[in-house]
Amino acid sequence: MNWTWFPEYFPLLLQGLWLTIQLLVLSMIFGMTIAVPVGLVQVTGPKWLAAIAKGYCTVMRGTPLLVQLWLLYFGLGSVFSAYPEIRQSMFWPILREGYFYAVLAFTLNTGGYSGEIMRGGFLSVPKGELEAARAYGMSPWKVLHRIWFPRAVRNVLPTLANETVLLLKATPLAATVTVLDIFGVILRVRQNTYITYEPLITAALIYMALTFLITRAFNYVEGLVPSRR
Amino acid sequence: MIPEILTFGDKGFGDELFRGTQFTLLIAASAYVIGICIGLIGASAKLYGGALSRGSAATYTTIIRSVPEVVLILLLYFAGTRGINTLLGFVGLGPIEVNGTLAAIVVLGVVQGAYHTEVFRAAIQAVPIGQIEAGKAFGMGGMQIFRRVTGPAMLPNAIPGMSNLWLIVIKDTALVAVVGNYELLSTTASAAAFTKRYMLFFLTTALIYLSITLVSNYFIGLLESRYRRGQTRLA
Repeated sequence: MNWTWFPEYFPLLLQGLWLTIQLLVLSMIFGMTIAVPVGLVQVTGPKWLAAIAKGYCTVMRGTPLLVQLWLLYFGLGSVFSAYPEIRQSMFWPILREGYFYAVLAFTLNTGGYSGEIMRGGFLSVPKGELEAARAYGMSPWKVLHRIWFPRAVRNVLPTLANETVLLLKATPLAATVTVLDIFGVILRVRQNTYITYEPLITAALIYMALTFLITRAFNYVEGLVPSRR
Repeated sequence: MIPEILTFGDKGFGDELFRGTQFTLLIAASAYVIGICIGLIGASAKLYGGALSRGSAATYTTIIRSVPEVVLILLLYFAGTRGINTLLGFVGLGPIEVNGTLAAIVVLGVVQGAYHTEVFRAAIQAVPIGQIEAGKAFGMGGMQIFRRVTGPAMLPNAIPGMSNLWLIVIKDTALVAVVGNYELLSTTASAAAFTKRYMLFFLTTALIYLSITLVSNYFIGLLESRYRRGQTRLA
């Protein structure tokens, strides 16, 4: 076992950890803002909107995340850089970064998966509760944000926990588009020192710890909302 | 209608992409079969094994399912290469270059095995215990009970999970591109880098993956309705 590299790369690893957490949290938040309407319109929306949402989910779930990421980073990136107007715009410093494309790809991807989860969640709320809410004279919007949405999220919380873990396990793909997340740092250590196993095992341990923390956090939140089953 | 760059022959990358697709399907199918074998072993270890086999099966599934696939692929790829060469060294043979495709198959198979273990474990547990007891009462041995009772009875329960895993393994083959290979995504990446037509190539590849998924979905539907025949439908 060769751990001589560890002290030197420790600060970089911490930065990598922070980047991984950022990728996870940002993509999950943005992804959920896509997922909720995508799930909702499939349950109650007009047919054409439901069809679009369904198609979006199918494409996102039917193609590998790495293809989506590289399509955005290399494909969209090369289209962007072909236009001088974009290259000279104020957004270019963001559009140039692999980080941006990683968050974009993860967001769109988890939006598709969580969209399906949310569809199931909205369907799982008993009809009687929604009818009761309407009978109280609540507007459709009020029914949604007081009854339908909270109940749906509570029902699919375990599945969302799973999806969050899957998303965490997808974040190392960002290293392929130059993001120095945990995995990126590990690859750099390997490149610079030619040590293979110890860095990779370190990465595996860090991801296992993060998985454990996510599972615990979701269990805690589940415990906050009492549910009778 | 198809751009010349995607046609078959000298001028286009059609035949390269086709070959890549074949490799992807080969890797996915072989890894899937290995995964099923490991899964059956793992599930029986978890359900019927002693403390040692239960413990090792639990460790295996926990580690594999909480570490990112890319990390596992790199780890198993390098560890596997070194392991094989150490073994060869013991018997006095020189180191060999491990075939990338074979390594990919084994690695993805080991990853799939962990998920298959859980699928089979749950599926077997859902088989009414009375049916297995009835098999025992007839004097069947362990293998015979599995072949005649537990196997067929658990299959309808396992099929949804197994179909998910098939879709996952197809998408996971793309990760092999990280260590470089001849499968679809690596081929696409080099073709795209060579021609600078990134958008075109990655879109084409996404379409290929999507059609594999959709075709698989169709057959999974057929398979599931066949294996659920005779089961009473829930209201």
